[in-house]
This record gives sequence, C-alpha cells and structure tokens, in this order.
Amino acid sequence: MGEEVGEYQGAYKITKGLLEKYGPERVLDTPITEAGFAGIGVGAAYWGLRPVVEFMTFNFSMQAIDHIINSAAKSSYMSAGQISVPVVFRGANGAAAGVGAQHSQCYAAWYGSCPGLKVLTPYSSEDARGLLKAAIRDPDPVVFLENELLYGESFPVSAEALDSSFCLPIGKAKIEREGKDVTITAFSKLVGHALKAADILAKEGISAEVINLRSIRPLDRATINASVRKTSRLVTVEEVFPQHGVGAEICASVVEESFDYLDAPVERIAGADVPMPYAANLERMAVPQVEDIVRAAKRTCFRSR
Amino acid sequence: MAFCMRISRNFIHTLKSKVGFFRRDLTPWLTSPCVQIFENPDPILQTNVTRFTSRRFESIKAEEQCSSADHAQVLDFPGGKVAFTPQMEFLSESPEVRSPCYRVLDEYGLSIEHSSFAEVSKEVAIKMYSDMVTLQTMDTIFYEAQRQGRMSFYVTTIGEEAINIASAAALSISDIVVPQYREPGVLLWRGFSLQEFANQCFGNKGDNGKGRQMPAHYGSNKHNYFTIASTIATQLPHAVGAAYSLKMDKKDACVATYFGDGGSSEGDFHAALNFAAVLEAPVIFICRNNGWAISTPLSDQFRSDGIVVRGKAYGVRSIRVDGNDALAMYSAVHAARKMAISESRPILIEALTYRVGHHTTSDDSTKYRSADEIECWRVKRDPVSRFRKWIESNGWWCDETEMELRSSVRKQLLHAIQVAEQAEKPPIRDLFTDVYDVPPANLCEQEKLLKETIKRYPQEYPAHVSV
Repeated sequence: MGEEVGEYQGAYKITKGLLEKYGPERVLDTPITEAGFAGIGVGAAYWGLRPVVEFMTFNFSMQAIDHIINSAAKSSYMSAGQISVPVVFRGANGAAAGVGAQHSQCYAAWYGSCPGLKVLTPYSSEDARGLLKAAIRDPDPVVFLENELLYGESFPVSAEALDSSFCLPIGKAKIEREGKDVTITAFSKLVGHALKAADILAKEGISAEVINLRSIRPLDRATINASVRKTSRLVTVEEVFPQHGVGAEICASVVEESFDYLDAPVERIAGADVPMPYAANLERMAVPQVEDIVRAAKRTCFRSR
Repeated sequence: MAFCMRISRNFIHTLKSKVGFFRRDLTPWLTSPCVQIFENPDPILQTNVTRFTSRRFESIKAEEQCSSADHAQVLDFPGGKVAFTPQMEFLSESPEVRSPCYRVLDEYGLSIEHSSFAEVSKEVAIKMYSDMVTLQTMDTIFYEAQRQGRMSFYVTTIGEEAINIASAAALSISDIVVPQYREPGVLLWRGFSLQEFANQCFGNKGDNGKGRQMPAHYGSNKHNYFTIASTIATQLPHAVGAAYSLKMDKKDACVATYFGDGGSSEGDFHAALNFAAVLEAPVIFICRNNGWAISTPLSDQFRSDGIVVRGKAYGVRSIRVDGNDALAMYSAVHAARKMAISESRPILIEALTYRVGHHTTSDDSTKYRSADEIECWRVKRDPVSRFRKWIESNGWWCDETEMELRSSVRKQLLHAIQVAEQAEKPPIRDLFTDVYDVPPANLCEQEKLLKETIKRYPQEYPAHVSV
C-alpha cells in the first residue's frame, strides 16, 4: 500500500508487476495521506493482515511518524500483547543526488531509538531480499530503510539467495571484509564507500575490517565489539547528521564494553550538520566521501605509533 | 558520473510529480484537452464481483470527446457530469437551516408521534437501562475514589451513557470496537466485569493490561475492544484498516469507532473518512459531539455545521442523532451497521450530547463554563432518566427495581475497588515483556541484572512488588 505503488509500478519501480500479479485488493494505490495509510496499515495488521506500507521516501514518513511510533511501535506493550502489529514500513531513505534538504535525510537514528520497532538497512541485493522477507514474516513492526541510489546498483547474488524462502536473521551484522588493523562500521550505501576505502587502505598497508550493520535496531553490538577487540580501532560511518546518530550509539557501546581494547579514540564520519544543499558541489561536501573514511582510518592508525 | 546522471533523470521525473503543483503528470492535459484520461465512472456498479475492482481498471483508455465545445451544457468530468452555469454563485459557508437531528423520545421519555425506530425487546431495553445506570454509578464512585487519592486518574462518561450503551446494544459481538477513551460503556455492555474495570484503574496483577497504562485505558481482545490509546483520533485510520481486513475476509461484521468533536479536527479524521470512502470499508464513525474539547468550545473548534456535514464532503453517508435519546441512537447504529456491511461503505453518525463531567480528573471545568449550563444538561437532559421514563411507560420498570439495582451496583463497585486496591501489583517481569514478540537479548540481560540488584538491596525496593 502506498502512493503510486500499483498502476505506476512504484515511484522507483520496486513494486513493478505486483498489481498485475496480486490484484487491486492486495496492491493499493492510496490518496496522498501518509498518516492515513500508515494508520490503516496498523489497523489492518491488528486484524491479522501483514501490510507492507511504502513511503515514497522516508522524508515523507514524518507526516506519519505518530502512527509509526505511537501506534505501531508501542501498541504491543501498551496493550500487554493483545495487539500485535506485523507491519513493514519501507521506502527510500537517506541522501540521493540533487534532491535537496527535504528529500535527503536519513532516519536510521530516529527510528533506531524507539523500543518496539525493528530497523533494517540493507546494502546489497542479498541484504534487500533476505531482510525484507524476514521483515514481512516478523511479528513486530519493522522500518525498512532502502536507498534510492542503491536501487540502480547491481550486486553478485548467490544461488542460495535466489531461493524463494531466503531469509536473513534480523539483528546480525555482516562482516563484508575481514581485517586486523581497524574496524569500519557502515550501513546502507556507505558500505560501498567503506569497501572502496578499505581497498585504498590496503595499498597503504592498513588492513581494514568492514562491517555492514544490516540491522540498526537491534544493533549487533556483539559483532561490533568482537571486531574492535580484534583491531583496537574504530571508525563509524553514516550518511547524515552526526548528533545523536547511529555512530554515537556505536561509540557509546564500544566505550562501555571494550574500552580497554581501544588504542585510539573512536572516529565518527557523518554528514555535515546542515540541511542538505542542492548544488552539486555543495552536496558533495555535505555527504561523506571515500577519502573522508580513508583519512579517518589513517588517523586512528597513526595515533598509537 | 554517468551512473549518477541516469538516476538523476528518474529522480527529477518522480519528484516533479511529487513536488509540483499537481501530483499527476500534466502532459496529457496540455497536449489534448479533449481527451478523457480518467475512467468513466458508474457508481451504480457495486456488485460483489466489482467490489474490489479498482475503478481505474475499467477504463483508462482515452475517449474522443470532441463534440462542438461551444454548445456544451455539461462537462464530462471524473466523478460525473457537471452542469455549467453563467451565474457566478458561491456555495454558502453555512446552511440556512442546520442539518436536522433524529430523535424518537422527547424530554419526558415519551415516544414522538410518527417516529420511526428499530424495535427493542423488553430484555434488551432492561439490559440497556441497567447498564446505563451501572456506568453512571461506576463513574460516580471511581471519580470519588480518585478525589480521595485512592486512584491516580479517571475519565468519566457522565451525560454520554446513551451513546455508549445504545450503540453497543445495536452492534454484534463480532463487530470490532475501536474507541477513543470515553466509551467504557461499550465494554461494559459486552461483559467486561466491574472488577476488571477496577483492576485496570489500579494497575494491579489482575489487569489484563499488565499495569502498562493510565487508568481508564481499557482493552480486551476477548470482547473485541481495541486497547485505548491516549492519542486523539489515531484510532480512526486504524478502524478503517481493520474494516478493510474484515472486508477481505468477507466477514459479516463491521468496525465501530468513536471520537469527539475535538478529535474531528485532527488530520487523522480527514485521512480516515477519505480512505474509508475510497476503500469502501465497512466502518461506522460515531462522533460524540459533546460541546467541549477540554476547555475548547465548538466555536473555537470548527465553523462548519457540526460534523455531520463533513460526511458529504468525503462521499460518506451521514446522520445527526440526538445522542441523549437511547432509542434513536440504537436505531441509527442498527441501520448504519446494516448499510456498512451489506453495501460495504462507511457511515458517519454525529451524536449531539453534552460532557457533563470534567474532561478528566485533571480538569476543573467550572473554570471555563457556567455551573448553570452543566446543571441544565445534567438534570433536564439526562439520558438515563429519559430512558427510564420510557421503559417505565412500557411497564418494564418501577421504583423498587430501580432502588434494588442502584444499591446492588453500588455495593459491587465499592467491593471491586477494595479488592483492586489491595491486590498485588504486576510482577517485575512484566516491565520487560511485549516490547517485541520475543524479548530481545538486551532486555533479558537487564531483567536478570534488576532481579539480582533487588535481591542484594531489598530495602531499596517496595516490599509488595513481586520479582
């Protein structure tokens, strides 16, 4: 259910072919009322359906955020388990290219702070397939943060991932690349940047371990801390505003659990603390680039020598 | 770079249709103004087969509309033909005559001549009246308990007993009720016991809500009564979603959802009515127009002729009812339910009434309204005594049965409060459950830690809370 998901085949063509396959009873083109269809999704989930609600971008989910937080996330707790809300809210999240301030914010940190929600951020095609299926099957409300630019990227896919029941566990991060000198955590599009940065660092003799978080809530603290205890250095990477961000939570977790293992202060790479500008050159400066990650990793490495 | 450029064009196209003045791509309008790009709607087709057919499927084909445009009397526009007029006439912002209010019993409880209403058996009428009295008594006693400091908070329904009980009586137990917070009578009708009400208000071990919420936030799956949330009007889109599910499952049931005059100002009201009409969802929207939203009077809430006129704006059939006339309420909800289910459509009922009590125990309404006004509605327009006169006129009730009922209910309520007050609070474990379907690792860890801490420092924790 969402705007343009049916006849138009989806604003980003993600729901292409679904209307034809499942019919207008199950694939609904809605009026422009985010609060409305988010609330309807919650009500339908209460009676036993499993709605998937699409926001054209999560920037528009703010018009429905009361339903996501106060109706979806908290209902099970408030009703003592009588109301369960197996709804998935999905859509594009974070910065794209040239779309300005009201279309570029990343909501991982905001939704990630609310108990009752699960928040997922796929990176690769396998992530997208496995995590979305897991999200739909999950009895709890899930916020599924995709990325506009990643829609256009191709990834190699294993045979296992093509199976129709392929699911990934929620709450487990994936170590995309093993390393021993510095841990780089990232999610969504910036995992790609982190991997590129790791290639560059390798040429300079620094072996970086790249962690694809996959799940913002629950956050896989175990994997992150185990990695930091191995490498002793941490760089967190995220796309948008630094204050109260995902990186801040990871830093706190590592300081609480692995303080003695750190050989350098934790580095946080985030977007600029400004609403996203439009002009291409300004936008480039507002979003983390590969070079920023490389420099941060180097900083953590040279401090101890 | 090329990669970015390709994507950008898609964004810009998508965003133009989002950010631009109209959501739809305007090119068809600009290139061929005579082309009919929307379907030819025929609202008469409401068979079961076409129940779910998107109207859009019927015809998106462009049709030639090139009649000689100079002599056109009528515009073929989505939604139906629209006649032209050379007179410039604005629709008035307020009607000359307000929408009439359906009423069947007069102030003296006598049925009005030539009135039409649904038959109510003696059994149902007596249960309706008894429940109205019970609700009224529960409110009085629980309110007093709060004032005495035994309960932290309470919400009374005084003055709105007829809306609560009569609407509940007209529904069936399989209909889902999605309340605001001033409809405990519906739950009472369905069989929620006085002890269960008291348990929730005291947040004790017997509360099926596990002490999670403030008093008067009842909920019970067993009684098909959606747990109350404090947020205003958020239940309206929920009700539409639930109604859509019922429709998909082809159940012989509808959803009844309640809200106040204040709640009708929320964006969710607009979203819910609009969606219900578009989705053709079997839902009854019952508005308790009781004149006040905390201290905000109707004149500061809206300038329309109440809420009933808004139904038309959304394509929703609606009626205005005397909310203090139990028989009229019963009849209206009874009819609405039939229409909602058989025709798969939403219905809007505006029940005119008065909030005799304060908004909640945290409010003192004498600060913003006259005591005379309150007194007038409380005494002269009391829905309970009005219905009593009607059942007495039928020979179904008398002073003796009245005394018996009131004293019995009062005793039961006082006992229920006593029991609820002394009962144990929910166990500590209930702090951590139901956040998710399966308790997550961090909460399990924290629960373990908390239990250990309580064991080590028992003097720091209340004695009567079980671990």
